[in-house]
This record gives sequence, structure tokens and C-alpha cells, in this order.
Amino acid sequence: MTGTDWPLWEVFVRSRRGLSHTHAGSLHAPDAHMALRNARDLFTRRSEGVSLWVVPAGEITASSPDEKDPFFEPAGDKPYRHPTFYEVPEGVQNL
Amino acid sequence: MTATAPPALALLPPADDALVLSHRLGEWAGHAPVLEEEVALANIALDLLGQARALYAELRDELGSEDEIAYLREERAFRNCQLVEQPNEDFAHTIVRQLYFSAYQLPLHHRLASCVPVAAKAAQETAYHLDHAEQWTLRLGDGTEESHARMQRAADALWRYTGELFEPIEGLDIDWHGLRAEWSGTLTDVFGRAGLTVPDGPGTGAWSAGAGRQGLHTEPFGRMLAEMQHLHRSHPGASW
Repeated sequence: MTGTDWPLWEVFVRSRRGLSHTHAGSLHAPDAHMALRNARDLFTRRSEGVSLWVVPAGEITASSPDEKDPFFEPAGDKPYRHPTFYEVPEGVQNL
Repeated sequence: MTATAPPALALLPPADDALVLSHRLGEWAGHAPVLEEEVALANIALDLLGQARALYAELRDELGSEDEIAYLREERAFRNCQLVEQPNEDFAHTIVRQLYFSAYQLPLHHRLASCVPVAAKAAQETAYHLDHAEQWTLRLGDGTEESHARMQRAADALWRYTGELFEPIEGLDIDWHGLRAEWSGTLTDVFGRAGLTVPDGPGTGAWSAGAGRQGLHTEPFGRMLAEMQHLHRSHPGASW
């Protein structure tokens, strides 16, 4: 039995309530239950989190580097999509 | 704290249990089957080391500093049970040793929580140690023919060291029969789900082992202690 026989899992950690889960790294584990425990031991041993997700790496559909241009380039010259053309009303703290 | 604190020396056996098992688990560093498991075992070892240190601190007046207690006592002065000093052998032996011991340590900590400050915090850690051992027991016991056979072999081999766990420790006024019943219940449940057989030999008796609490230890313990104490004895008072 070696680590390479086991599927790869991506680990997401929520550092405190109110924040989103953030990708922290990956690990090998035989099943989801053990992946969660390994994640606890590898990624939260210094009090980094209050919640964990583990996701089979194979289940993630990722954008391909070959499609990078058609995917992301068109957004580059459209500054009007940013909400920077408004006067921020007085008293609004978070926008 | 609601109950009267036990005499300090009554804390020596549980403290030595934690230190010795911590060292045994530490021996897996660099040798564990997978990296993830190596970190898991090291975390458990560090939990146990922390528990031992907190208990040794209570013994300062009787036995001296933590270093003196850990590194300068002879084998016969250690009061750990013989179960925790047994060598790691294969991964199955290590997991069964963890299961036998955590299933005992968790209800022990629950019972001591009212009178020993560290026990309440330690119970949280021990609950995780038991879960870790249980998860592996289920997967290996109910895994391949090979893993099942190894687990059953380990369960049988270590069984004779379990009776000693329930011999009352002088000064610890707890319900030892209830503790044993709880331990048996946990094992029967986990072994049942793992497809393993609870060994039927006596845990104590003429042929069984178990005098660690009196300072009598099995042969592998001397070698472990020599390695554990070597550095401190070679360089007394060294620090870094």
C-alpha cells in the first residue's frame, strides 16, 4: 500500500466563521472520511480552521491553459464592468 | 474542580503511560506507510507528550523536574503499563495498541476530569486518538485478507497486556469496574464492525503479562529507554 494507490483530494479550509473556504493544498487518502481526518492533521494543526472540505481532485473540472485567451482575454479591455463609474454615496462604508 | 485532587504520585502511572507511548509513536517518524499517516501519528505522539509533561509538573516536589523524571530514572522506576512499551512491529500492531490504549484512556480522563486539571483537555485529544484507531481498525480489519490477518494477529498478541490496565492505581479513587466495562463495550463494538474477533484468552492470569505498574517491564522497554535517555545522559543539562 503506498500513497500513490490512493486518490488525491483537494483540501479547503475555512479559517473562521463568515469567511469562505480557501484552497489549502492536497493530500492522498483511501476515502473521504480518512481524507477529512488527514486534512485535520495536515492543515489545521496550528489552529488554522473551523471547517474543512475535502473534494476528490478528479471531480474538479478545470479550465484548460489552451483556452486561456478566449476565456480570459476578452475581459481585459472592458473597464466599464468595474463599478468605478459611480459616486459613492456618503455614509456607505462597504461597497 | 469539584473532587479532591489525588495524591501527586498517583499521577505517575498515567504520566509514564503517556510518555512511553509518545516515544513509541515518535519512532514511526520517517518510517510510516504514507506521509499523511506519519503526520497523524506524530500529532498523537505530541498530544501524549503534552499530557505527560502536564502531569510531571504536578510531581515536581516528589520527583524533580520534567527532564529528571523522563531522562534520569532507571527502568524499574517507570510505572507505565506494559502495553504502551510494546514495540511498533507492523502498522497493525501499532493501531491495535492505539485502540486498546485509547479506549482505556478516554474513560479514564473522563473520570479524572473533575479532580485533575489536565484530564478535561486531554479527553478531547484522546477522543480523536480513539477515532483514529477506530477508523484504521475498521478499514484494516475489513480490508484485504492480509490486512485482516495482521490485525487479528496483533489483537491476539497484545491482548495479554490489557488486564493490567484495570488494576486499580493507588490514590486514584475511580470506578475501575465501570472503566473496564466501558473499554470492553468499545472493543466489542469496533471489532464487531471490523470483522475481527475479540480475543478470548484472559487479559490477566498466570500466563499473562502485566506488572508494569510495579516497575517490572518487558525486554524491549530497556532498549527503548536507552535510546530515549541516551542524549540527556551523554550531555547532562544540555539545552538548545
